[in-house]
Formats: sequence, C-alpha cells, structure tokens
Amino acid sequence: MTESSQPDAERIRTLLETESDEIKQNTRLFNAGRYDAIEGVGEATHEQYRTRAREIKEESIERLPDLIDRTVETVEANGGTVYVADDAEDANRYVSEVVADEAADRVVKSKSMTTEEIDLNEALEADDVDVWETDLGEFVIQIAEESPSHIVGPSLHKSREEITELFEREFEPEEPLDSAQKLTAFARRFLGERIDEADVGITGANFVMAESGSIALVTNEGNARKCASIPNIHVAVAGIEKIIPSIAELEPFAELISRSATGQDVPQYLSLLTPPVDTPTMDFDRADEPSFGDSDAKREFHLVLVDNGRRAMRQDDELRETLYCIRCGACANSCANFQSVGGHAFGGETYTGGIATGWEAGIEGLDVAEEFNDLCTGCSRCVNACPVKIDIPWINTVVRDRINRGKDPGFDDLLVDGLVPDEEVSGTPLRKRFFGNFETAARIGSATAPLSNIVASSGVARKAMESVLGIDARRDLPAFERITLREWARSRDSHVEDPVRRVALYPDVYTNYAHTARGKAAIRVLEALGCEVVVPNVGGSGRAPLSQGMIATAEEKARAVAESLRSYLNADYDVVVIEPSDLAMFRREYEKLLPPETQERIDDGSYEIMEFVYGLLANGADVNALPAGDGNGVAYHSHCQQRTLGLESHTEAILERLGHDVLTSDVECCGMAGSFGYKSEYYDLSMDVGETLAAQFMEASDERTIVASGTSCMEQLDSLLSPGTRHPIELLDPGSK
Amino acid sequence: MSAGSVQEFQQSLTRLDTASTVVSPNEFETALADVIETPAVGAELPFEDLSLEELPVALEPSPSQLREAVMGVTGSRMGIASLGTVAVESRSAGDEFVALYPEFHVVVVRESDLRSDLSDAFGWLQSEFEAGRRSLILATGPSSTGDMGALVQGVHGPERVHIVIVRDDD
Ligand code: SF4
Repeated sequence: MTESSQPDAERIRTLLETESDEIKQNTRLFNAGRYDAIEGVGEATHEQYRTRAREIKEESIERLPDLIDRTVETVEANGGTVYVADDAEDANRYVSEVVADEAADRVVKSKSMTTEEIDLNEALEADDVDVWETDLGEFVIQIAEESPSHIVGPSLHKSREEITELFEREFEPEEPLDSAQKLTAFARRFLGERIDEADVGITGANFVMAESGSIALVTNEGNARKCASIPNIHVAVAGIEKIIPSIAELEPFAELISRSATGQDVPQYLSLLTPPVDTPTMDFDRADEPSFGDSDAKREFHLVLVDNGRRAMRQDDELRETLYCIRCGACANSCANFQSVGGHAFGGETYTGGIATGWEAGIEGLDVAEEFNDLCTGCSRCVNACPVKIDIPWINTVVRDRINRGKDPGFDDLLVDGLVPDEEVSGTPLRKRFFGNFETAARIGSATAPLSNIVASSGVARKAMESVLGIDARRDLPAFERITLREWARSRDSHVEDPVRRVALYPDVYTNYAHTARGKAAIRVLEALGCEVVVPNVGGSGRAPLSQGMIATAEEKARAVAESLRSYLNADYDVVVIEPSDLAMFRREYEKLLPPETQERIDDGSYEIMEFVYGLLANGADVNALPAGDGNGVAYHSHCQQRTLGLESHTEAILERLGHDVLTSDVECCGMAGSFGYKSEYYDLSMDVGETLAAQFMEASDERTIVASGTSCMEQLDSLLSPGTRHPIELLDPGSK
Repeated sequence: MSAGSVQEFQQSLTRLDTASTVVSPNEFETALADVIETPAVGAELPFEDLSLEELPVALEPSPSQLREAVMGVTGSRMGIASLGTVAVESRSAGDEFVALYPEFHVVVVRESDLRSDLSDAFGWLQSEFEAGRRSLILATGPSSTGDMGALVQGVHGPERVHIVIVRDDD
C-alpha cells in the first residue's frame, strides 16, 4: 500500500533505464571533483570558509528586511530600479511590463533557477515574446521541452548523442552536429545572433550585495556576461534570500561555490556588476559606425527580488535553513539515490536533490515535496558536502513528519493505533508506523523465535506483508535470535580485574535481537583489552521512527535513552555503540531532540566500537590480545552515517595494524539505507545503488572477507554478493582465535 | 595585501591551458605585436605608460569590426597568482565586448598588480568598491561548458586566452 503521490516503481524503473547512465557519470564526476578540490585547498581551510559562509547566511536572513530596504536604496541611487515581488505572478507581471514598455519582442536569458520557479518564460511567451535560454544546458532543456534534472547541470541526463539527435531534428543543420565541439559551435552561433538582436537580457544573481547595490554571477560559458551587457536593458531576477551585506561577505562564497558545485577552485567567470554598468550600449543597426555603433541609448537595470514563500520560510524554524542554500548541487551529487535516478524522480517543480524538499515545501507546498521526499534515506552523505552546513536530512525528516501529520486517519490507523506504542497522530501511513516501530516487532520476533522467523518468511506472510506493508518479497527479513544479547551477557560469568575502562555496550535493536554475534564479539574484544563490559537495559535510539518522519516518537525514545544512560554516564562508563546509525543519532539528531546539555553529555560519552578499540590500543592496550590478520584480505564498506561522522578510518587503521590487507569501498551509500531497500517501489533503485558497491567488491569477494559496519549494509551486501558479511569487530574476536 | 609572483601566475595559467609571455615595458609593443592575430579589436589599456595606439588593433570598434575580429586585447589592473585570474572591467572603452566577442582574448597585466591569492584579491576588490569602481569580471581561463556531453572550450566567450605580463622595470 503505497501512497499515490510518491514516485512509483514504474517511473523509477523507466528512469533507471533511460537517464541513469548519464546522471551517474556526470554526478559522480562532480562529486569526485568536489572531493579533490577540497583536498587541494585543505580540509581545514575549506571548513573555515564553510563556517564563515554559514554565519553570513544566518546573519543575512536574520537581517533580511533591513537588507532588502538597503538594496532598494542603493540600487536606486545607482540609477536602477528594484521591485520586490510577493509571488510568481507578481514577479512575472513586473517583468512582462518592463518588456512591454520597451516594445521588446526578443528576450535572452542566462541560467536562473528562480525564473524557472516562477515560470517566467511561459509568462513572456504568452505575450508573444521570443525567449531564448543561452546557457547551453538550459538551451537543450528548452528545445527538448523538458524540466531540469539537476540544479547545476539542467541537461546532464542527456548524452551527447541524444543532443545531436535533438538538434539535428530541430534545426536541420547542413553539417552534422556529431561532436560536442560542433554542437557547442552551432549553439554559440545560433544563440550569439539572438543575443545581438535581443532587447532585454535577463539574468539571475547568485548573490546580491546590499551595501553597493551589486550582484554577483557565477558562470563558465560567458553567456551571463553577454546577457548583462549586450542588450541595453538588464533585468536580474533573484530570490530575496540571495542578499548578503556587502562585497566583504562575498569572499567565502567565492571560495566555496565552484569547489562545491563542480570541483573548480573558482568559476571561469565571476561577474561583479553594479548596474547600470559603464560598458557602452551597442547599436547593431549602425554596424559600421565606430564606437560600437555610437549608440545614444541609456542602460537600464531592474532588480526583481522574489518572495514567493520565502518570507514565510524565514519565519519557519525548521525550513529557514533552506534559505541559506547557494544552489551548488553538492547535495545531489553526493546522494547515492540521486546518482541513480536524477532530478526527474528526485525533484519537484523546479528544484532537485535533497534540498529540493525544503524549497518545494516552502514554495509549492507539502504535496509537491511528498512526490519525492521518500527518496532521501537520511544517509547524511550530503551533510558534510553542503558549503553552508545545511542539515538537509533533517529538513527531509521534518517535511516527512508534516506530510504524515497532514494525512487523514483511515481504517488502518484505527487498527494500528491500539497496536503500536508510538506518539504519532493517526494518519501516519501504516507502513511508516510499522518500520518506525520496528523495535516492537523485533522484541516480539525474538521472544517467539524461531517460530516467528519461520512464519515471517513463509510465502503467505510475505505476500501479506507486501500487499499490506509494501515490504518487497524479494528481500530477506532479519532473523531474530531467541536469546537476546542482553540475556546472553547477563548469563555470563565474566570478571575483569582492575578494568582500564568500564563500558556500557549499547544494545541497539539489531544487535540485541537479530545480529547478536557482533555484540558477543564486541564484548569479548573489549574484555580482552582490559575493559569491564555491561549491557544496560536501554531501548531503541529513535532512529527507526525518525527515518519514517515520526519525530514525536523519536523524541520519546531519545528521552528514554538519555534517562537509561544517565546513571552509567554519571558513573563514568563509556557508552560504546556498534550500529553506526544509532551513534549518529546520539551525535547528530539528538541535538534536535534533546536539551543541549543532555545531548552533549551523551555525545561526549559515546564511541563507535572500532573508534573505541582504536583509542584503547592508542592508550597502551595490548594488540597481541587480538587475533592477527596474517595478511588476509578484507573488503570493507563503511556505513554512510559513520563516514559523515568521520569514523571510517579507525576501522581501516585497526585492521591494518592487525595485519589485514584492507580494500575500502568509495561509494556514498550501499543503497539499503535502513528500511528504504525493503519498500517494494524502491527495490529496483536500492539494488541499482547497491550494484555500484557490489561491482567494487565483486572481484575481491572470492579472496577477501567482506565486512560492513552497518546492519543494512550487511544485509545489502549479503543479497548482492553472497551471505556471510560480517561486522569488522568479528575479525578482532579473540573467542574465534 | 601581498604581491603574487610572476612564476606562480604563469604556472597557474599553464594549468588553465592559457599561454603567457613576460616582457619588460620597453619590449611591450614588439612582444604584443608578435601575439596579435588580425583582424583585432582592443580597449585602450588602463595604464598610463602602456598603450595599444601604435598596434594593429581597432580601438572603439564598430559592431561589425567586433563581430569579425579574431582577437580582442584588454588590460587588467589585477591578476591572481594562485589562480591565473584576471579582471575585465566594465569600462566605457568597451572592455567587456572586446573580451567576449572574439575567440581569442589577449590580456595585458602588470607584474606589480599581481595578488597572491583570492583573499588578497578580495582586499583589492574592497578598495576598488570603496573607490566607486564596482563592476568587473574575474575571468579564469577560456570560457567552457560540459553541457554538450564533453568538456568544450570556447562557448559564449573566448576559446583561447593569452596573458602578457609586463615586468615592473628592467
Ligand atoms: S543545500 Fe547545500 S549542498 Fe545542496 S544545493 Fe544548497 S548549498 Fe548546495
């Protein structure tokens, strides 16, 4: 039972067949470019720019009403005009009037997402104005009559061959356009003539500087330079959120924007314009007159600042961050799902990728955001990629929560309300509540194992699960253990003399009920390194409900965890976590769910298991207490959220120190991402994403032991390669010596 | 503000597929004449001691000359050593058109105007803004696009760029 407005399986399958190859290739190129460029400038330096950029955006949005006033003053003092448009219609009306006043019949445009958002082209065309997109990517989209598939590269889903076919059909050129060079030369000529004949040039603005009434434009092709200088009239259309105080604040963005977008240190062209500019006007009717035709026409400049929902977003504590976005596309490029399907699935009316959820929810409404919001799995790989540190997964979670709450309660809810112990309003889709309350299922499953496993995997049960819950029957379900990790730990008689540390091993839902082996291994490793280990009675972290957008339930869980861990933390126990997605809750999401002191306490006191072992060894624990690797090969996939926390290298370092030969995957995510890969309509996408990982390990899988730090990664690798993927801690298990 | 070195500037230009020549002030005209391909257009240089007056370059060209030119020559009052960036100012001499229309853009920059990196360049930009000169393009390499299925140089702007660096003095 899938919600009808979400991307359906059929559509995803079609995109996987048609657009996926190009999108993968191009987004991964951008993604790798970004990593390289950041390494080039130095991570610490890059981090400083991010911090500064974030501060500037926070401050600018805070001061927005002032900055708008100041912009109006300065632009007008320079001789230009500012129009603050309430919505799309208002903005379009104003631009249409400017065009009509000039009796202009041709307009050229450079790339501007904001004009896409307001459908400016359609509005002008309705007045019989000839409108040309001059950015080549936008030009391709215009000719193909499609929507952009990516914020930065609107046509990156199209191959060179497809563009050739499109142009040859549309323009019937005498010479074939069978190379990128020829296509570019053709477009340069074709659009060059149109720019020369245009009466009005429309650009966007990446930044507006209030103090001087200036705009900044970031481009590589040079078309924005032409659109802003060749026609006498320049109209710049920008969202109100683009305003920063002055040129002094532009610097970190100049450092960040191209590196984040395409991996360039700077764009080809960074235009800083304070129009009307001194470049003379040109008169093409007097083509042989010197001095550019000796025109006596004056330059005109109009700045259209578009609200269209932004002032309301500014008042919205959860969506506000969206306004800091500089539209670099890094969140799309770093997203495994996006790399597979692109913006035609993972996007709304205008915007694409993870942040599109914020933009579309704020501008169009929740119904548009709902169409693609589920494609964000919360893997968090975009978090460190974002140059202005927007918590993009959180925005997706909040919007999902709002979508859930907006649903009418139906029959399913009446049924499920009595069964699941969550805090959600009726209306939250049944499947979301099932996954969100996975802990309950696990508890019951474990208590009744192995019967529960047999029943759950029976054909009848799987069919029912597929039709009622949309759980794909091709997926293996986790098998529950009859004896939980906690029960096992309690039944042991183990004592460590003079422990170096006392550890509270967090029994996450998977380790406690299903994958107890990795929990047992962790306990034996910690004891061998001189720690005393207890497995406290603590419930789920709230990760499962949070990933379904059930924030109230997640908050409840977080509070309970904090309560249960408090006495251990007070007694100076270290909390050690095996499942990375739960540690990520403690370190990241609890910031949103718990009071700051409580969150900090948990954050400071908790460690990922391999991070902790690394620390023990660094502080003198005896490495010989652990089994040596003997040069054996290991293929290691680090969990997405673990990598976002910067904890991938500890595992590599330990395994190498023990003498293993480690091959690490470099994909952003395994594609399983918690419950995502279980959902019927996302099965194909999940497998498509997983195949990239599988391809990296395929050759190695015969001679290397495959290890993965997350439960979902293990399940995904098991189904893609062969069963038997283990957690790295199991390789350290002295019990297996 | 710290000065940038000619050597680093040239290294950056090499990475950008951009040619460069270093000349002394009195070699300037001969050296530039060697680089020029005609028909050429130009915007008079923003330097007191360097001029395009005597060179085969049409200044303040007509629209037809602009469209027919294969080369455009402009001056830049700033260069960024670490990036190979130059400035194209929006001046009444028409630098922007001269720099945009022809496929080959030649830029004259003085050694003393080189800044070490983007941060230094921003120091300069701020003082320019304070002085009321507030419209310019920071240009780095030739215009390019990846939108046609492969990286191509020479889209709406120049396909080739050549930088002539004029030494401070002999
Ligand atoms: S949210 Fe961040 S990463 Fe995504 S487009 Fe905006 S600025 Fe770039």
